[in-house]
Amino acid sequence: MDRREGECEVTMMIRHGAALKVENCGKTFADGTCALARATLDIAQSETLVLLGPSGCGKTTLLRIVAGLEMPDAGGRVLFDGKDLTRQPIEKRNVGMVFQSYALFPNMTVAENIGYGLRIRGVSRLERAARVAELITLTNLGGLEHRRIDQLSGGQRQRVALARAVAIRPSVLLLDEPLTALDAALRERLRGELNGLLRTLGITAIYVTHDQAEAMELGDRIVVMRKGAIAQVGTPREIYFTPADRFVAEFVGAANIIEAPIESGDLILPGGRQPVGSTGSRARAVAMVRPETIRIVDADKASLTGIVDSIRFAGDRQRIIVRDAAAIPLALDVPHTIHVRAGERIGLSIAADSIRLLPAEG
Amino acid sequence: MSHKSFVWICLLPLAAVTAAFFLLPMARLLVTGAEGPRGLAEYLAILVEPRYRATLVNTVLLAAATTVATLIIATIAGLFLQRHRFPGRAVLVAILTFPLAFPGVVIGFMIILLAGRQGLIGDVSARLTGDKLVFAYSIYGLFLGYLYFSIPRVILTIMAAAQKLDPGLAEAARSLGAGPFAVLRDVILPGLAPALVASGAIAFATAMGAFGTAFTLATNIDVLPMLIYTEFTLAGNLATSAALSVGLGVMTWLILALARSFTGNSVAAAG
Ligand SMILES: Nc1ncnc2c1ncn2[C@@H]1O[C@H](COP(=O)(O)OP(=O)(O)O)[C@@H](O)[C@H]1O
Ligand SMILES: [Mg+2]
Repeated sequence: MDRREGECEVTMMIRHGAALKVENCGKTFADGTCALARATLDIAQSETLVLLGPSGCGKTTLLRIVAGLEMPDAGGRVLFDGKDLTRQPIEKRNVGMVFQSYALFPNMTVAENIGYGLRIRGVSRLERAARVAELITLTNLGGLEHRRIDQLSGGQRQRVALARAVAIRPSVLLLDEPLTALDAALRERLRGELNGLLRTLGITAIYVTHDQAEAMELGDRIVVMRKGAIAQVGTPREIYFTPADRFVAEFVGAANIIEAPIESGDLILPGGRQPVGSTGSRARAVAMVRPETIRIVDADKASLTGIVDSIRFAGDRQRIIVRDAAAIPLALDVPHTIHVRAGERIGLSIAADSIRLLPAEG
Repeated sequence: MSHKSFVWICLLPLAAVTAAFFLLPMARLLVTGAEGPRGLAEYLAILVEPRYRATLVNTVLLAAATTVATLIIATIAGLFLQRHRFPGRAVLVAILTFPLAFPGVVIGFMIILLAGRQGLIGDVSARLTGDKLVFAYSIYGLFLGYLYFSIPRVILTIMAAAQKLDPGLAEAARSLGAGPFAVLRDVILPGLAPALVASGAIAFATAMGAFGTAFTLATNIDVLPMLIYTEFTLAGNLATSAALSVGLGVMTWLILALARSFTGNSVAAAG
């Protein structure tokens, strides 16, 4: 990297973007669909907040309320740096938006697309060209400046959409499933690039996705949503290790959800007993165990045993399904160095602190 | 039988019909135009002779004005109708597109009812100013009639095209700070360009060749189809009317080709 590029990166490291507050925002559409229950969220300056949830859970609706494309139900407010912008339309909010379909202007070149927001703002041609060049470099689009949009690949379009959105130095960057339209390999690579870019820019961002891996990698905090309501807000680690309920546990990563009684601090299972790290008894408990936290030990010395049902090779690890240990088949993720055969009885060891008791749903 | 020969066999009847009912009369028209006393010079005459030339210019100007006015009105109305849902919308669309079925004669008749000697506008203006406003028989009446004729067609095309526009594009432009005018200029109109060119071309060609309206109204205007009619039926001047017909066709085709090449860039880009 030459010196100039280094300098430009330093200037961009400065944190910017607004601190956001979404206050009491719900959305019921004209046709009666309640897409979003009233929600309140605080987003710190230069934080990346991920909205995660299955399709149709209201992520886009919440994003569009922040953007100003959708009015929240009466009583809801959207504040940028403490300023109430609820009544301001999107064109007055200075938000950078990356749409799921990218929505690039087909009648403009790559450079014209990226420079559009600056043109609207009346930035001089010279200044505009400089800023566009800077963004072309930043998003690895060199050489494509004069291409038309229909001459770009999916990944390139995604980057143009991103460059166009950040060109205006927005108060907040809003991204609606920007990688969903791409194939798996590209998605993974661009996810990394996007992460680097968000950190470099240090901009406040809201990122919508239904892909938990994306959410984990990109989010400073994740908002897990379900059926128009917020299920949990927390850092990726909190969401992963201490999910608030069964839905979050199952949606984020793989989880064994075990329903069993607890007797003096032990889960009573068909294959033995398993300490949960707390004393006391309960007639019915719901416990979550992540597959990678279960270790295989000698069956004779284990307090919990089961029978290997199947072994699935997953490339970087193997997933073993064990029956007869709990009421449901247990999934284990173990390294390849462990050799077991189907039908073999094995012992299972789970650290008590990697078991998470979830509220039993009524 | 291969796919290729199957296609050729299917095309055969079409080729025959095209030759018999399209190419042959056209060729005959071309020849007839040159068979008058002036020979090939007949074609030159339609450009040189003042009366013919004036008519030609009138017709082109009228058709161009009709096209531009139609596109402006129909784009505004079509976009509005496409975007807004309100009570009575379906009725309004029905009324606006009702004239689709009318022949030019009926349109001409309606213009007379509106702006003729016993027309509505005349009555109202006579009451208000004491001056009876009558313009049905002038070029303005004809212009109004052509508008009436082409607006429904263009509105329908625009509405269909507007429906296909990605609403995300307008939202993206707005997110970048574009107000309503900028969105129209940078997103909506470029997106509608192919539809505008196509429906504008049809409006133009229709206005160039419209006869029924002109015939019904014609008292003091000369447009090309009327001139062809009078040359043909009244003067029995076969060669001139043939030459004029060819001229009408060529002019229309030329202007459309020109319009297409001008808008070609934006159309290709939006398409
Ligand atoms: N304009 C609208 N009118 C009516 N219902 C809508 C509209 N937009 C979204 N919805 C509904 O609101 C719910 C949430 O949608 P959305 O926010 O797009 O979900 P997500 O982005 O999480 O997939 C869905 O049930 C969807 O059908
Ligand atoms: Mg969505």
